[in-house]
Amino acid sequence: MLTILIDGLTYASWLFIVALGLTLVFGVLKILNIAHGSFYALGAYAAASFVGWAGAMKLAPGFTLVAMLLAAVAVAALIAPLTERGLLRFFYGRDEVLLVLVTYAMFLMLEDVTKLVWGATPYYVSEPYSLFGSIDVGTQTYVGYDFLLVALALLVGGAVWWWLNRTRQGKITLAVIHNAEIASSMGVNVSRVYMLAFSIGVFLAAIGGAFTAPMISVQPGVSVGVIILSFAVVIIGGLGSIEGAAVGALIVGLARSMAVHLAPVAELFSIYMVMAVVLMFRPEGLFQRIKARKI
Amino acid sequence: MATVLPAAAPAPAIATAARGTTVLRAAACCVFFVAAGVLLPKWLTFLLTMAAANGLVSLGIVVLMRGGVVSFGQGLVFAAGGYAAALLFNKWGFHDLLGLALAGGVVAMLVAAPFAPLLSRYRGIFFAMLTLALSMVAYGLLMKLQVLGGSDGFNLGRPTLLGWALPDERVGYVLYSVTVTVATLMALLARIYFDSTRGLLTLAVRENELRVEYLGGSVRQAVAINFVLAAFCGGLGGALAAVALGHIEPNFSFWTTSGEFVFVAILAGWQSVVAVFVASAILELVRSFSSAYFPNTWQLALGIFLLVVIRFLPRGIGALWVKGVAR
Repeated sequence: MLTILIDGLTYASWLFIVALGLTLVFGVLKILNIAHGSFYALGAYAAASFVGWAGAMKLAPGFTLVAMLLAAVAVAALIAPLTERGLLRFFYGRDEVLLVLVTYAMFLMLEDVTKLVWGATPYYVSEPYSLFGSIDVGTQTYVGYDFLLVALALLVGGAVWWWLNRTRQGKITLAVIHNAEIASSMGVNVSRVYMLAFSIGVFLAAIGGAFTAPMISVQPGVSVGVIILSFAVVIIGGLGSIEGAAVGALIVGLARSMAVHLAPVAELFSIYMVMAVVLMFRPEGLFQRIKARKI
Repeated sequence: MATVLPAAAPAPAIATAARGTTVLRAAACCVFFVAAGVLLPKWLTFLLTMAAANGLVSLGIVVLMRGGVVSFGQGLVFAAGGYAAALLFNKWGFHDLLGLALAGGVVAMLVAAPFAPLLSRYRGIFFAMLTLALSMVAYGLLMKLQVLGGSDGFNLGRPTLLGWALPDERVGYVLYSVTVTVATLMALLARIYFDSTRGLLTLAVRENELRVEYLGGSVRQAVAINFVLAAFCGGLGGALAAVALGHIEPNFSFWTTSGEFVFVAILAGWQSVVAVFVASAILELVRSFSSAYFPNTWQLALGIFLLVVIRFLPRGIGALWVKGVAR
């Protein structure tokens, strides 16, 4: 029972980080970003390279964590302006479903770009995973790194919440989420807010990828798995809601670990069952106010 | 904006005449492709077979698109049709090609029907995501069900046609001819449906749902019926594709498969039924050429291609030859 809970929690924590980025980008730019999974994969690959370089430079093992953080920053600084300014802005204001397809095209392209840069062989980033030793809980032993992820999720979630609700820039972003047109007429530079929110979104995906890289084998195809999971999370929680992403991640994490431990047959199936059920009863997600229908 | 309701439908006499020309054109097109198939090299007939089979699924999406919704989960009905045909073939020993295709369509319809009333409440991204969820549930199930071959799927043998056992050297051509004929027939039926009162009502739903309701049409009924019709098209395509490949696997229901169908539908646009099959053939051509010549970058090429289409041809390639009532 405890095992299910802890497994679910660690799984939920990285999922929350990634889904938070997805939900933020949707909230601000109104784009459901399929390429978010590719950003996650880019983060994981970049982390593999950076940790490799840190190892080559004979830095202390603790520096691998810094290397992973830097990897995420690098991905966000490089990819976000490129995709948002170079591509997405030409499609703003088009139909939401069409925008999904634009990001699908981006996903296809990035899939090949990662293969071109890093090749098709899997990478293993094992050094950071053993950094924190292991922790005994009851009769079971857990890897300390898992708890680092939980802490990271709390930290990231708190930071984003604080930024949105307690800083000037965050309030401006909220205004844009509420109504971009009015915000613009009040003198807000909307395209800069878009740029900022998109960069943060990419950063969140990349940091999620970077810090899970030690737990998985980084290889082509990770992006696909991640994107369908984080879709489920944000749909369950309600698109554009931070609390929703947290609750959605917990639900998905627990549903998955329950399925893995109790009925392995239903692993993928369980998550989508939950999502379908939530959509049937609360189409706007658990944490979303229903909007009036425009005539 | 008056082109919405029955009153605006063309006068019956003109409609019948136009319909006659459409039927003639479809028949000519069908005869042309079947005849041309004799001359075409084997790889091309196979490619066109797959294009026609996949095009049927995208035709279903276009049916939905005309009502303003896009399904990201047509993999579900594609797989339903494919598995139905494959199981009929292997477990019940039913080998007739046309029967298999029809069974695929009907089973997909039966699978989709219970969800239709439910889905018809949703629009836009929620419709897309819910259909995606359904297809992924199916994918998860198919992966785990050992009875259905699990993640590897299973093979099926060579079909017969109306009691005729197909000889080795003809089987590819016969499959091609049947698939092309079925596709043309469905395209024709789709055209007739689009021009019917109900089909025009669907267009009105796309324009403004509230007005349709005020004028006495049922939006939800229209979307639900379109979803079931789309399922039939998808199932037909799935069955034909499974028979042509001689193999079926859970990937039929994976979301990237569904993504390709949407890709073709967007590329085609919602105005022309011919465009759907042209777009499907383009995708198959691009896929096979680039996977032969640049195996590592064909998705890159596909992505760029899609972006260019969305940017510069927002109404799809169909808009190139259909002089449209814009908006």
